[in-house]
Amino acid sequence: MNLPLTIKETRKGLIDKKYSAVELVDSYLEKISKNKDLNAFLTISDDEAYAKAKEVDKLVGVGISEDQYPLLGSAITHKDLFLTKGVRTTAASKVLESYVPEYSATVVKKYDEAGSIMLGKANCDAWAHGASGENSDFGPTLNPWNKKYVPGGSSSGSAAAVAAGLTLVATGTDTGGSIRNPANFCGVVGLKPTYGAVSRYGIVAMASSLDSVGCFGHTVSDVETMFNVSKGEDGFDATVKNVESAKPKDKLRIGIPREYFAEGIDREVEKSVTEAIDIFKKQGVELVDISLPNTKHGVSVYYIVQPAEVSSNLSRYDGIRYGNGRDSFGAEAKRRIMLGTYVLSAGYYDAYYLKAQKVRSKLIQDFDNAYEKVDAIIAPVMPTAAFKLGDKVSDPLRMYLADVYTVSANLAGIPGLAIPSGFNKGGLPLGFQLLGPRFSENTLFDLGKMYQEVTNYEPKLAI
Amino acid sequence: MTKLTRDDVLHVAKLAKLNISDAEIAKYTSQLASVINYFSELSEVDTSDAEPTSQTTGLKNVYREGETNIENCLSQNAATSGTDNIHNGYFKVKAILEGRTDK
Repeated sequence: MNLPLTIKETRKGLIDKKYSAVELVDSYLEKISKNKDLNAFLTISDDEAYAKAKEVDKLVGVGISEDQYPLLGSAITHKDLFLTKGVRTTAASKVLESYVPEYSATVVKKYDEAGSIMLGKANCDAWAHGASGENSDFGPTLNPWNKKYVPGGSSSGSAAAVAAGLTLVATGTDTGGSIRNPANFCGVVGLKPTYGAVSRYGIVAMASSLDSVGCFGHTVSDVETMFNVSKGEDGFDATVKNVESAKPKDKLRIGIPREYFAEGIDREVEKSVTEAIDIFKKQGVELVDISLPNTKHGVSVYYIVQPAEVSSNLSRYDGIRYGNGRDSFGAEAKRRIMLGTYVLSAGYYDAYYLKAQKVRSKLIQDFDNAYEKVDAIIAPVMPTAAFKLGDKVSDPLRMYLADVYTVSANLAGIPGLAIPSGFNKGGLPLGFQLLGPRFSENTLFDLGKMYQEVTNYEPKLAI
Repeated sequence: MTKLTRDDVLHVAKLAKLNISDAEIAKYTSQLASVINYFSELSEVDTSDAEPTSQTTGLKNVYREGETNIENCLSQNAATSGTDNIHNGYFKVKAILEGRTDK
C-alpha cells in the first residue's frame, strides 16, 4: 500500500475506508522490518500498536466528528528519552537497557489521547548527547538518503524514520539543536518549540534549562497539528505556561543575521538559504540585515551550561532504584559529566559557569534587539549537509563546533522551525531554519506553510 | 584559565562517581583539555554589566495546591519494580556505617 504522507491523508484514508488502522500498522511494521539496517528503532511495540489500531477502527466505525482525535490513526514513534508506560525506555544507553517505565510522559499521553498509534521507540544519541546519532550505545542510525552518512542527532532515529516512511510522525527533544539538526540532515520538517510551551514531564532530562520537546513530520502543517496537541500546562512541569501564540502580522519581516553567513559554511548550504530568502522576498516578506554579535560565543556558553546541567541530571543514575550502575555510561556521557562537574567545581565556578551565564544574557539580548526590527530570523541549521559516519567521532570539539547555528536558540529559549529545501549535488538534504521570539510558533508556521505552498512542496520518502 | 591536568580529571571523576581506567585517563584528559581550552575565548566578552541567566521563562515561585493526589502516586510495588535488589519492599543500598563503635 502507498502509506499516507500527512495526518489529513491518514484520517481521510481511514474514513473513506481505503484501509483500516490495522492494515496501516501491518504496512508500517513490514516496512520497518525490511529496513532494520537503518537502526532507527530500539523497540517495536507491535502488541500495543495493534491494540490501539483496533480501537481506532472501532472509532471510525462508530463515526467521529471533524474536531475529535486530531491525530486519528497517525503512526507515531517516540524518541527513546520519552517514558512510555509498559514499553522499554533506554535513553539509548546501556544504563537503562532493561528499564520499563511505570508511567508515561505527558506528551506521550496527549498524543495517544489524540488518536495516534505508537509503533515503537526511536534510536538516538545516548542521553541526547550528540549531533550525529553515533553516540547511541546500540549502534548509530543511518541516513536513509545515503546509508554511509549520519542522519544527524541527537533525535537520529526519529528523523530517519519519518524520512524513510517508517512512521508518519515522530517526537524528539532539542537541547542544542537535536531536532533541527537531524530534520535538516534527513530532509523533514522539525520543530523546536519555545522553552516552556510543552511539558518535559516524563522525558529523560538532559539540560533542564535548555531541553525543548518537539516533533518531526513531512509538512509544516502536520508539525503545527502535533505542536498544538502537545502544548500546555499539565501540573507537572513548573516551567510551562499556557501562552497563546500571537496571531502573525499581515506584513512580516525576516532578519538575515550576518554572523550566520561568515566563513565555515558550505557553499551549497548557503545557496539553499539564500534561495529561500528570495522566495520569501517574492511573496512580499521584507528581508532585513541584522546582527547577532555574540553568535560566536554560543558554543562556549552552551558547552559550559549544558554539561553542568547534565552532570546534575545524570547523578540520579546510581543503579539502586532502576537501571545499571555508572560504569555502564558511554564515553560521551562520561565526558559531559566530567566537563560539567569541572565547570561547577570550587575554584572554577566563577571563571566558567558564572561567566557563561552572563554571556548567555548577552546572547538573549542580541535576539531581543533583533526582534524589535524583525518578526523572524532565517538561518542555516548546520554549516554542512550530512557528513560521513566516523568523520568526527575522534574529535569531540570539532563535533561541538558544528552546533554554532543551533545552540543560541536553546540558550535564549526561543522556537525554531527546520524546513527542507531540496538536495545537494551528493543527493543529501538541504534546508534552513526560522527562529522567532518566545511563543511565536504561529508566525513560524505561517512562514513555513507559505514556503511549502509557494514551492509546491511534495513530501518525498527516502525509501 | 589554567590547563586541565590528569589530576583534575581524576578529581572530577571522583566527585561524579565515575570510574576511569588508567588506560582511559590520558584520552579523556586530552579531549577535555581541548574543550576547556576553547572556553578561554569567553574572556574577551565584556560581562561587567550583565546579570547571569539561569532560565528563560521569567517565571518565579510556581506553586500548586499542597494536597496529595493519589492518582499521581506510584504504588510501592510499581515504585520498586525497577530492580530485584529489594528487601521487604525497600531498596537495598550499600551500608554507610559498618562497624559498631559503642562496644
